[in-house]
Amino acid sequence: MLEIIDVHAGYGRTSVLYGVSIPGSAKVVAVLGHNGAGKSTLLRATIGLVRPTHGTVLFDGEDVTQLAPHRRVQRGMAYVAQGQQSFGQLTTMENLQLVADGRSNGRAKIAEMLERFPALAQFATRKAGLLSGGQRQQLAIARALITEPKLLILDEPTEGIQPTIVAEIEATIMDLAEGGLSVLLVEQHIGFALEAAEKYVVLASGRVTQTGFGGRASLGAVRDAMVI
Amino acid sequence: MDALIAPLLNGSAAGALLLLAALGLTLTFGQMGVINMAHGDFIMAGAFIAYLTQLVITSSNISIPVALPLAFLGAGLLGLLLEVGIIQWMYKRPLDTLLVTVGVSLILQQIALQIFPAQGVPVEKPSWLDGQLDVLGYEWPLRQVFTIVLAILCVTALAAWLRYTSFGRRIRATVQNRDLAETSGVNTRTVDRITFFVGSGLAGVAGVAASLIGGTNSQMGTRYIIPAFLVVVAGGIGQIKGTVIAAWGVGVSLAFFADWTTGSMAQVLTFVLVVVFLQFRPQGLFTVRTRGLT
Repeated sequence: MLEIIDVHAGYGRTSVLYGVSIPGSAKVVAVLGHNGAGKSTLLRATIGLVRPTHGTVLFDGEDVTQLAPHRRVQRGMAYVAQGQQSFGQLTTMENLQLVADGRSNGRAKIAEMLERFPALAQFATRKAGLLSGGQRQQLAIARALITEPKLLILDEPTEGIQPTIVAEIEATIMDLAEGGLSVLLVEQHIGFALEAAEKYVVLASGRVTQTGFGGRASLGAVRDAMVI
Repeated sequence: MDALIAPLLNGSAAGALLLLAALGLTLTFGQMGVINMAHGDFIMAGAFIAYLTQLVITSSNISIPVALPLAFLGAGLLGLLLEVGIIQWMYKRPLDTLLVTVGVSLILQQIALQIFPAQGVPVEKPSWLDGQLDVLGYEWPLRQVFTIVLAILCVTALAAWLRYTSFGRRIRATVQNRDLAETSGVNTRTVDRITFFVGSGLAGVAGVAASLIGGTNSQMGTRYIIPAFLVVVAGGIGQIKGTVIAAWGVGVSLAFFADWTTGSMAQVLTFVLVVVFLQFRPQGLFTVRTRGLT
């Protein structure tokens, strides 16, 4: 589904990733690492918000490295950014309509999301900027799912969210992964990430320092690999 | 009573014209952050389109209604050309955009000067705008009423377009968070182009209204551009209701000060008022309230 080959990327003259590769054999891949390791940059390069200076992003066998993010979304990639991002001046419903517009099953997908996340139905007419962090994260995930993705890219989906909603979000991710959706996950909560992932990749200073199978990973070894 | 009614009504009409001039800027400057100094020259283009339409359709009763959509299209296409040719490379570089669009403005004025006489051209107003409306004893010229009606129609149409259509949602989403809009499947480049087209097209409509009130010449855009920017900033950047109130306030204040002093002194006093207001409320009349960052 997704294959990342020798990607180098950064911001202006500052390089962040140095030849990162993720083979495309696993359905759910977790990317682990300390702050500043390059995890978010890797996800941004995958969805197209950062253009790699070198390397290739393959999706469904197609080279999408030069495609704009919205073209990647059309091809089946969805991205949930770090920090519970929503369009704060749009209502909850407008946030959902934005991605449902132009889809023949848009209304049905919105209804499905309101059923999956009842808080969103409750605050459908409220501006998204006035929702709590957890509700905004649910909205961000709902927006991504309306596009009926083949691959869901999640950047720290549980960061800064109250524990009860963290459990809900983790359950949703597990449910989606079990339903066959491919997931590329960056997560600080290592225990959950390893439980959810078939494979994991550890990044440190923009380089892959360890890869392995999620279920068999030792927490200690993973933590050691996070530090160069 | 006349001393109050006359400047109030005249000022409301002046405010309506200012609103038409500023409405496009709420999109291109307020929503997209582009300081387009050529916006005033799109107003000029609209006025000249009204004149050219009158050369083809000699009856002004018909030519003015026909000129309105033509001016929208013509000025809109000029704006689109500017966006595609220059502005698209300059987003997030406001100073460069300002300098370049000043250059474009001078070029457009020179082109107009090459085509049309320096003293300007006459745009005949339709006979259905010849009369007056009696408001508490004051004979209010119908062409002023027309400007207000046109401004109300444009504001309503723009607000409804932004609020209720899927394209309006895409514009609002792109303005708030471009990256998030892209990753939500929105083609933000298309949004930029259409937003610029509509914003510039509204300047064309303002030009038709302006041609019925003042002179139509190559310099006319310079009369509107600075007050229009002030109105957008004072209203709260990107806020249509703020722009409406600010335009009306500036128009009425101009009319009252002009009654008490002179036309040019009225401009100075009004701008001083706006600057003082912005000292105390730099964010303008209306601001955005959110709990989250975006």
